[in-house]
Formats: sequence, C-alpha cells, structure tokens
Amino acid sequence: MGETSADDLVLEDMVEIVEHPLEPSKYIDAVRSPRAGAIATFMGTTRDTFEEQQVLELQYEAYIPMALFQLRKICQAARTRWPLIGVAMAHRVGVVPIGEESVFVAVSSVHRRDALQACEFAIDEIKATVPIWKKEIYTNGEVWKENKEFFEKSTIADLKKCGTGTGAKESNEGIVGKAEGRRGSCFIKMSP
Amino acid sequence: MTSASIESIETAKGAGFENHRIRVSVLMFAKARELAGLSEVSLEVDEGATTADCLKILVSTYDKLQSITESMVLALNHDYVENPVVVNDGDELALIPPISGG
Repeated sequence: MGETSADDLVLEDMVEIVEHPLEPSKYIDAVRSPRAGAIATFMGTTRDTFEEQQVLELQYEAYIPMALFQLRKICQAARTRWPLIGVAMAHRVGVVPIGEESVFVAVSSVHRRDALQACEFAIDEIKATVPIWKKEIYTNGEVWKENKEFFEKSTIADLKKCGTGTGAKESNEGIVGKAEGRRGSCFIKMSP
Repeated sequence: MTSASIESIETAKGAGFENHRIRVSVLMFAKARELAGLSEVSLEVDEGATTADCLKILVSTYDKLQSITESMVLALNHDYVENPVVVNDGDELALIPPISGG
C-alpha cells in the first residue's frame, strides 16, 4: 500500500476480518495518498450497557469468506457512487472487551465530502449486509443482537421488487439506490 | 467448527425414476448454529433441488430452526439469494440469521 505516487488514480481496497485488536493506523495508512485532501474514518466501539443491562462481554463471529466478499462489494459500490482514492475496512471477531474497536472504516478522496459520505455509506452497508454476528453476555443471560439495517434492507428489496418505490429510510443521503450494483447487496426474507 | 461436528442428511430419493443425487455443504451461524446444535452439515438432495428445498429439509431435521425461518436469509456460495435457486453439487449454502456486525 506504500506505492502512492502522484500518478496513482486509486489505491487497492483493503478488507480484513481479524481476531486481534484493530490497528486504526494500518487502515488509515492504506488509504493515505498525496492526491487525497481528506481521509474520513469511522470507528465502532463496544458499549457496556444495553437498555440499562450491564454487558459483561461481547462475542463476534463471522462467516469469514462471505464477509470478505461482501466487504469487497461494499468497496466497489462506494466507488461507483463517489470518486474515491482509497477504501479500507476491517472488523474484529472473537471476544471484544468493552470500549475497544469492533469495526473500522477509512476512506480517502480528493475533497472531503466524498470521503465523508462514502464512509457513512460503508458502515451502513456493513451493518446491513456483512455476515457478522454479535452476542451480548449479561449478568442474567445472553442475546444475539440484530441490526435494524438488516431488516431495512429486506424491506427496501421488497419495495423495489413491487416497483412501488425506493427505500425511504436511506433517502436522506440522496444517493443510495441511484447507481446500479445494489442488486448484490439486497435480499428478502425467506420462508420455507 | 471441527469436522467432527459435520453431520450428514440423506433424504429419500424422489419416487418413479432414477434421480441423480448431489451434495451441498450447509453452514449455520450464530442463533441458527445454536438452535440446530451444529455448525455444518452435508446435505444430499436430488439434482434440481432448490435452496428452498434444502431449507425445508433442514427445518424438518432440526425443528428448532423453525423459530427463526421468518427472519433468516440464505446465502449460496457467499452471496445472498433472494428467490429459490437450483443448487449444484459442491455448493456452499449458509443460513444467515439477522446479522449484528458493526
């Protein structure tokens, strides 16, 4: 990732699923470029409470090959929407202690707005489509969490299918749904 | 996740004529894994079977999965499948309960 000559149009995407603490500098360096006027980052950290319940521990598991494939698709989808230089995304799995990073996104672009919007898009897409699961362990039990983005994406797919409109929830960004390439990241509920 | 946990399901052959049989590797994650009690199963089905057929067999074999079929989605060879598609020998089918990454 170090070969950032001024002639480079784009840097290679970096996606990772790791079992150790995330190193933000690694991903920031992966999108660093002399052409970039902005690097936007998002870092998700683990919380110690959920609805006033004390969380003792968080465990993440991933369907790793599919998670990497879906992360790469998010990189490509972001690049179809914004002129980006570098995109790097990483998610940690296994036991993640409270207060540590579970996910990291870094995006670079010539101008800041592209990087900021693409960064938000990327984390939203991660939460909706990348097969990673979090279990919260409480003093009195445990629960598999469910991202609302996962269900929203299902609804969006249903609406599109019926031709009745686009996903209203994401329209605040004003960009989602315009470009093609979304087909691969939406799905509907299955019943047996 | 060890190979020792892999079970094999062999369903009855379709009646009437000679059917070709294929094998699909099924992976189960998170709540699906806990409900089924295993993470991987080798499924033998008739050629021409769909992802929906596979899910039907899985739910009838591991009936606790019934409780999450409404919220679960399927992935075939690392990509989500929206509608039932025909599976091929050697395919990897995954049961994806609601995800919670981030």
